[in-house]
Amino acid sequence: MLENYFPVLLFIAVGLAVGVAPLVLGRLAAPHRPDDAKLSPYECGFEAFEDARMKFDVRYYLVAILFILFDLEIAFLFPWAVVLKEIGVFGFVSMLVFLSILVVGFIYEWMKGALEWE
Amino acid sequence: MMELLQTIEQAGQGLLGPFWGPLWTLVKIVVIVAPIMGGVAYLTLAERKILGYMQDRVGPNRVGYWGLLQPIADGVKLLMKEIIIPTGANKFLFVAAPVLALVPALVAWAVVPFADGMILANVNAGLLYILAMTSLGVYGIIIAGWASNSKYAFLGAIRSAAQIVSYELAMGFALVCVLLAAQSMSLVDIVKGQQHGYGLLGWYFIPLFPMFVVYFIAGVAETNRAPFDLAEDESVIVAGFHTEYSGMGFALFFLAEYANMILISALTSVFFLGGWLNPFEGWPVLGAMTAWVPGLFWMLAKMSVFLFIFLWFRATFPRYRYDQLMRLGWKVFIPLTLVWVVVVAAWMQTPLWFW
Repeated sequence: MLENYFPVLLFIAVGLAVGVAPLVLGRLAAPHRPDDAKLSPYECGFEAFEDARMKFDVRYYLVAILFILFDLEIAFLFPWAVVLKEIGVFGFVSMLVFLSILVVGFIYEWMKGALEWE
Repeated sequence: MMELLQTIEQAGQGLLGPFWGPLWTLVKIVVIVAPIMGGVAYLTLAERKILGYMQDRVGPNRVGYWGLLQPIADGVKLLMKEIIIPTGANKFLFVAAPVLALVPALVAWAVVPFADGMILANVNAGLLYILAMTSLGVYGIIIAGWASNSKYAFLGAIRSAAQIVSYELAMGFALVCVLLAAQSMSLVDIVKGQQHGYGLLGWYFIPLFPMFVVYFIAGVAETNRAPFDLAEDESVIVAGFHTEYSGMGFALFFLAEYANMILISALTSVFFLGGWLNPFEGWPVLGAMTAWVPGLFWMLAKMSVFLFIFLWFRATFPRYRYDQLMRLGWKVFIPLTLVWVVVVAAWMQTPLWFW
């Protein structure tokens, strides 16, 4: 069973090599002549003012939180989906109860305007 | 062909003993990665050519016959460009981000079957592995945006992160439907579950048609392709998360984006269009006429169709506005997929389920 995963591990190593090699080659083959103007962050020709890691809209946090809720939901659904044929109507009904609770929450956030981006 | 492979395998075993296994796996990995990299290079040419003809131009035609050497020229040019690390950037993360974007796009291929038996690692949780790897791609983008210490890069990164996680949900629910139909997480079993002896009528795109459409569109959004390319949005935030990248750093993001496009095309073919299966299998006349065609051909043909649709989208649709993008993801796709999970599950309890 686990030896099936050995090629995957090796693939990750090869993938990392494929990713790192061009950067190393680029560093070696390309010129390297840094100066102040070249290294300044791009801001349409202006001197960069204030920190770039600034405050951003709270909605992005909200999306991330909602994502975690729904993604967990999907993680619960995966094993259920694989065995649904064996557990039959009982499994179907219990997941229906579970999903309906999720849907109530989904409708609530929708009505609250958590999904609005004006 | 098979006999030749077996002879090589035996000879290698005798010659190298225990080192042979890993070495042979390494060879297989190279055989997968090299065509993908070549495919990525020529996909960029195909994109420029197809966009060109769609806009009544001819596209690149100067480097080599019919522009065929253009991707190589582009690669060499990018290699010779200075890698600039801006002041105030977090150096380590800045360099690591493009690698982190590319690696998941490549390693996901470990569990993709190209034809019957042509698969690197037939793991029984293949679909979970795919989901895990494609989710990792977002880290490359968000780290790039944060490490650059540039406002445009930062805005591109948070936009992109919110977009990718939103569409991943729709993608996940669509995959739950595939799992319901296939009863297995192994990609090989998912393809074999679509083999019923009546060709393309047995594939999952028929019972799961809405999911097929949602999965592909969510895939377009996941790869940050037009019309969902708000992460780079060049008319608003310069180049988005890779504003500060030059030379090979930029090239790696480019490779990652195109490798992801090819991956999404392959996965859509495997989940909904029967992977390597012959669409005319078991049909009168046509079935017998196409019986000799190898499975690899069908797989590649299906992938090419999806890749063409990717490019076609880019030529046809204007970019979404951010609120429209989020509305589509959360208010259309998620409710639709949620309902369809229940519909498919209920459908499977009845004798009317033929798949």
